[in-house]
Amino acid sequence: MKRVAVLIQPLLALVAAFVLTTLALLSTGVSPLEAYRLIIFGAFSTPVRLSDMIMLAAPLLLCAVGLSITFTGGLYNLGVEGQMIIGAIAAMVPLRLWPDWPPLLLWLMAALSGAVGGALWALLIGVLRRYAGVSEIFAGLGMNFLAGGLALYMVLGPWRRQTSASLSGTDLLPRELWLPTIDRLRLAPAAPVIAVLALAIVWWALTQTRWGLEVRAVGLNPAASERLGIATARRMAETLAACGALAGIAGMLQVVAVHHALIPNISSGIGLLGLLVALLSRADPRWLLPIVVAFAAFTVGSIQLPLTLGIDSAIAGVLQGALVLFALATRARQ
Amino acid sequence: MNVRLARWSLLVLTLLSLVLAACGSQPTTGSTPVPTAVSTEPTTPSAGEEFIFGMVLVGPINDGGWNQAHYEAAQYVVEKVPGVKFIYIDKVNPADRPNVKVEQAIEELIGQGARLIITNSAEFADGTNVAAAAHPEVAFIHASGDKVLTGEAPPNVRNLMGRMEYGKMIAGCAAALTTEAGRLAYLGPLIDPETRRLVNSSYLGARYCWETYRGRPAEELAFKVTWIGFWFNIPGVTLDPTKVANDFINEGYDVILSGIDTTEALVEANKAAQAGKRVFAIPYDFKGACAQGEAVCLGVPYFNWGPDYKRLVELARAGKWEPAWEWTGPNWSNLNDPDTSMIGFVKGPALSAENAAKLDEFIAKLADGSLNLFTGPLYYQDGSVFVPEGQVADDKTIWYTSQLLAGIEGQSAP
Repeated sequence: MKRVAVLIQPLLALVAAFVLTTLALLSTGVSPLEAYRLIIFGAFSTPVRLSDMIMLAAPLLLCAVGLSITFTGGLYNLGVEGQMIIGAIAAMVPLRLWPDWPPLLLWLMAALSGAVGGALWALLIGVLRRYAGVSEIFAGLGMNFLAGGLALYMVLGPWRRQTSASLSGTDLLPRELWLPTIDRLRLAPAAPVIAVLALAIVWWALTQTRWGLEVRAVGLNPAASERLGIATARRMAETLAACGALAGIAGMLQVVAVHHALIPNISSGIGLLGLLVALLSRADPRWLLPIVVAFAAFTVGSIQLPLTLGIDSAIAGVLQGALVLFALATRARQ
Repeated sequence: MNVRLARWSLLVLTLLSLVLAACGSQPTTGSTPVPTAVSTEPTTPSAGEEFIFGMVLVGPINDGGWNQAHYEAAQYVVEKVPGVKFIYIDKVNPADRPNVKVEQAIEELIGQGARLIITNSAEFADGTNVAAAAHPEVAFIHASGDKVLTGEAPPNVRNLMGRMEYGKMIAGCAAALTTEAGRLAYLGPLIDPETRRLVNSSYLGARYCWETYRGRPAEELAFKVTWIGFWFNIPGVTLDPTKVANDFINEGYDVILSGIDTTEALVEANKAAQAGKRVFAIPYDFKGACAQGEAVCLGVPYFNWGPDYKRLVELARAGKWEPAWEWTGPNWSNLNDPDTSMIGFVKGPALSAENAAKLDEFIAKLADGSLNLFTGPLYYQDGSVFVPEGQVADDKTIWYTSQLLAGIEGQSAP
């Protein structure tokens, strides 16, 4: 009986989400089948679109993996977007300070700096939660604004272009500092490798180690875990830091592999999309990769919608959002 | 358990509100239908029959400004040149389409068969070059850019820009003729050489007409620039142009010149005028821009990209594409000729007949070359020399203007 429910619930959510999206599509008067063909398969239609999808999926997977840690530990880290931004800013620091150093060293430093920046930013949420009693949801949201403001300040202030002050971003990084990229495809193969590696490590840590067991226990019942001798507060802080570090690396990838500059909207909503992925997957590592690929594909595939069907590409967001809402709704009945 | 439930609903509510907020902030393009019924098979247009050209626009096609001027120019080409088809992607900017880079948009257009791509924002320079290098068989126009001039563009890229300096001088003159307070304000976008030279041109036109026709000393003319940070309002990122325009009005500036893609200056001036204030505005970019506030509109300097785009589409179709950096001027014999003049100025209903006559006189002097406002001595804000005494600035000097001129209040260079 339980087994059947496990299968039926996601199916129900899937059907409901598609019904809702179809209604939205019908209201614009386009053929839903054609729209779905583009949304779902569009990203796989050419090598360039496929690599665009991969380059979006890489930071998304990093964020989703990070969030699956905090979810397991019972925390809702809505600050992931800000952690990504701080990671991007921190990653820029070595790149701008010592552009002449060997690229490989600089990438490592950028990754480290991004990870540390993201982790520290996330720990601030932990501090606010522990010592000021602020819910991590609101602390995270507030700090997203702060991080966004800081990125704006860096773009318009200390790191502005030489002769201009534009919100479009800093000067492009020197070509040698771009993560090695297949030009024709805009694909930096290192990015997906890093993301999948992170998934593997976190999966192992959460399921195979004592630390993972303790995190899961804290997530299930913090009070009971405390009584059983688990350092609850410490574990929570560790999950936040780990998530922040992964988001920071995602931010670093946005800088060295995607935009090749710091732009105000460097996180591009990827953190929040990662939140949807983590919610939909119930933080189950097995589901992270497929859902990330699907969501990235929806986003890339939908770019064609305004061109071919004359509808706004935001419809992909409707589908993603509906999937999560209905998944949450069917789950809430449990 | 209750705590969990509460936190769970809190999370769902927060997410929901985030999603709704994101939806709400999307500027809508209205229901302008896509002008094409493109079939979805990718690549390779059926040989020679139809020439498809595509455009990547930074803002919405109905912004009443920069982007609409480009969009309508494309429609002009479709009308005038048989056998061409136009496709476009608009709102390509990190706020409206966070995960779409200009290269991606170009890729989609080429995928639909476009063989000439126009990109319309200075911000698209790098992306245009990257895409052009990847598609040497496709022709590219980067409007308003200068990478061909600097030698950084691949050989299939051309740059095109209009000499809006003249349009802005005329606008500045109209403002100076009309102001009673002697206080002019400029609603600036972001700071770069282009926007600096346009502010300077407005100021030069205003100062000349203030001294010549009003008979007042330059020191009595206040000219202030406030930069919002981008070409149009991005909530939470740029300054809000609506608020900036209102600040101008409250500080006693009675003519607002717009340098941004959209029409907030005109709209706010119109509101203030309806509330009894004496305020005027001069919008920018698009011939029809005055429509959003006829009563306060002194006129609009606008781009007419159509003739140049027509010429270049024909050039690309004939396979005679060559790199070039073009800076097209107005047709001085008929500023508002839709078939020949890249830069035009339409006088607005709010410009008095007397001032309109003076403005025509000013335009005639620019046209016959008897007046060149880029004649030295001209000084930058920091007192350094922009154009030495007795000399006239050449194109490169004007194009790469590095500061605002002395006499202008506002941030000059970062």
